[in-house]
Amino acid sequence: MTQPKMGVRGIVVERAGHHILFVEELDVSSGEVLAVVGPNGAGKSTLIHVLALLERPSAGEVLFDGQPVRDGLLSYRRRMAVVFQEPLLLDATVESNVGSGLALRGVPRAERAHRVRRWLERFGIAALARRSARTLSGGEAQRVSLARALALEPEVLLLDEPFAALDEPTRQALIDDLDRALAETGTTVVFVSHDRAEALRLGDRVAVIIGGRIRQVGPPSQVFAAPADEEVAAFLGVETIVPGRIRAVEEGLAVVEVSGCRVEAASALEGPSAGEVLVCLRPEDVVLSPAEDRPAATSARNRLPSVVRRVVRSGAQARVELDAGFPLVALITKQSLEELSLEAGSRVVASFKATAVHLIPRHARRQSPSG
Amino acid sequence: MELIWDGIREAFRLIFTGNAEVYEIALLSLTVSAAATGIALVIGLSIASFLAFRAPPGRTLALSFLNLGMALPPVVVGLVVAVMLWRTGPLGQLHLLYTPAAIVIAQAVIATPIVTALSVVALQTLHPKLRLQVLALGASRWQAAWLLFREARLPLLAAVMAGFGAAISEVGASIMVGGNIKGSTRTLTTATVLETSQGDFETAIALSFILLALVYTVTLTFTIIQQRRRAS
Repeated sequence: MTQPKMGVRGIVVERAGHHILFVEELDVSSGEVLAVVGPNGAGKSTLIHVLALLERPSAGEVLFDGQPVRDGLLSYRRRMAVVFQEPLLLDATVESNVGSGLALRGVPRAERAHRVRRWLERFGIAALARRSARTLSGGEAQRVSLARALALEPEVLLLDEPFAALDEPTRQALIDDLDRALAETGTTVVFVSHDRAEALRLGDRVAVIIGGRIRQVGPPSQVFAAPADEEVAAFLGVETIVPGRIRAVEEGLAVVEVSGCRVEAASALEGPSAGEVLVCLRPEDVVLSPAEDRPAATSARNRLPSVVRRVVRSGAQARVELDAGFPLVALITKQSLEELSLEAGSRVVASFKATAVHLIPRHARRQSPSG
Repeated sequence: MELIWDGIREAFRLIFTGNAEVYEIALLSLTVSAAATGIALVIGLSIASFLAFRAPPGRTLALSFLNLGMALPPVVVGLVVAVMLWRTGPLGQLHLLYTPAAIVIAQAVIATPIVTALSVVALQTLHPKLRLQVLALGASRWQAAWLLFREARLPLLAAVMAGFGAAISEVGASIMVGGNIKGSTRTLTTATVLETSQGDFETAIALSFILLALVYTVTLTFTIIQQRRRAS
């Protein structure tokens, strides 16, 4: 872990007598993408406002390069950029919008034009340069907003639900573009979202915020595999989420290597057909059968011999945590649990269909450090 | 009817023969009202920014008083300003009564609530988070204010035009605090009142026509600025 680029200590935000944010400690390392996920009203936007030095907390400090930010807020603000859920463009042309932050910093006209052009091209909106920002569609406007932020070449980029208002195809395309841009620039990012798939897609680390408090921070696979408490688990949706690598794609079926195991997935993957992915599996899609059973004729492509680690009963269901070479969770009925007489140490075969596996592509950000 | 045509003919004669007195009166009207509008704009935009962006408690109450202020009778303003500036009044030491400065003060008092109330509405039409976005883009306080005023330029210029219109068309307060002194505090409106009371309708109509032409020129200029679009 490199040194923290930015962080907060003991932040309390009160509004009308209510504590709406309470963050003891949170850091984001240089070049890292920290995804902060939480339900609506969890205090995510307030956290972004505090980090962006747009809202003064009732107590606590914001750290920048390890130093507490006390005064000269403007000079700190000029080292960051913020993209909100709404594009919030000025009533001017697209190019003048993208250049607006640079103009405020007094960047000379020629340099400004150069950087504006580069970022318009990066986000595929060069053709819109002379258009009035008022005439843009929602997706186009958000591209302009992202280009405007990245044109500043900020040390820290703060993203407050930038994709929440977009339709699905637009959202995916924009996430791809942003992901690529971030990988190239190595910008430190705090990304706030209520959408855990977005967090998995972009975050190097994930922080879960609920009720104004950070409940858990860690690598995505760890946070999703081992939620710190019930509320976190409920928000994330208990799933098996493990890192893997695509070895081959044959006739729409991806062969993924997960901790030495072979998993087949029929998940439609966009973009590169090989590389790092997160393998996601819902616990109710995992079927358990006794280890000594001969393989029955089944359509399940994946059959993994596993060892039961732990059984957690809740009502009519039981959550069975397995070691299949990687952590795997199955949700079965109480009856099945009794029939199979499962307990810690039992050997079972865990089966699931290739169509039940969901793959999330991960750009190899860490593996290819670039400037 | 003939009287009006005679008046308009007289107006053109006064304008094109370069009647020194009329030019002086028109120029004084313009500068006094422009100064009053300027003062109203500085005060109005400051108060409006505070009310619109900071949303302080009691904003609705403040706005209701501003809206009341839009209907402030000029004679009441004239009376209050005259009392304040009277020799023995609280500001008597400044010896401003019956000077153009007194008219500027009175007109500014009349125009300020108008400019403020309309500016609050103008700034409230902006997206509530635009100010945060502008600050997040690295704007200083002044840069942010400038950008936001520019965003709201259409309704803000309407506020300026309304304020200027109220100032230059006002007559009661100007007579009371200015005294309609020839060569010193006589404006187009006070001169029109005087000429009418003396039965010289022709000159009164000429002065009114010049006043209208002046107001229209100013308003037209603002409208052109308002409607100009950099991005087509």
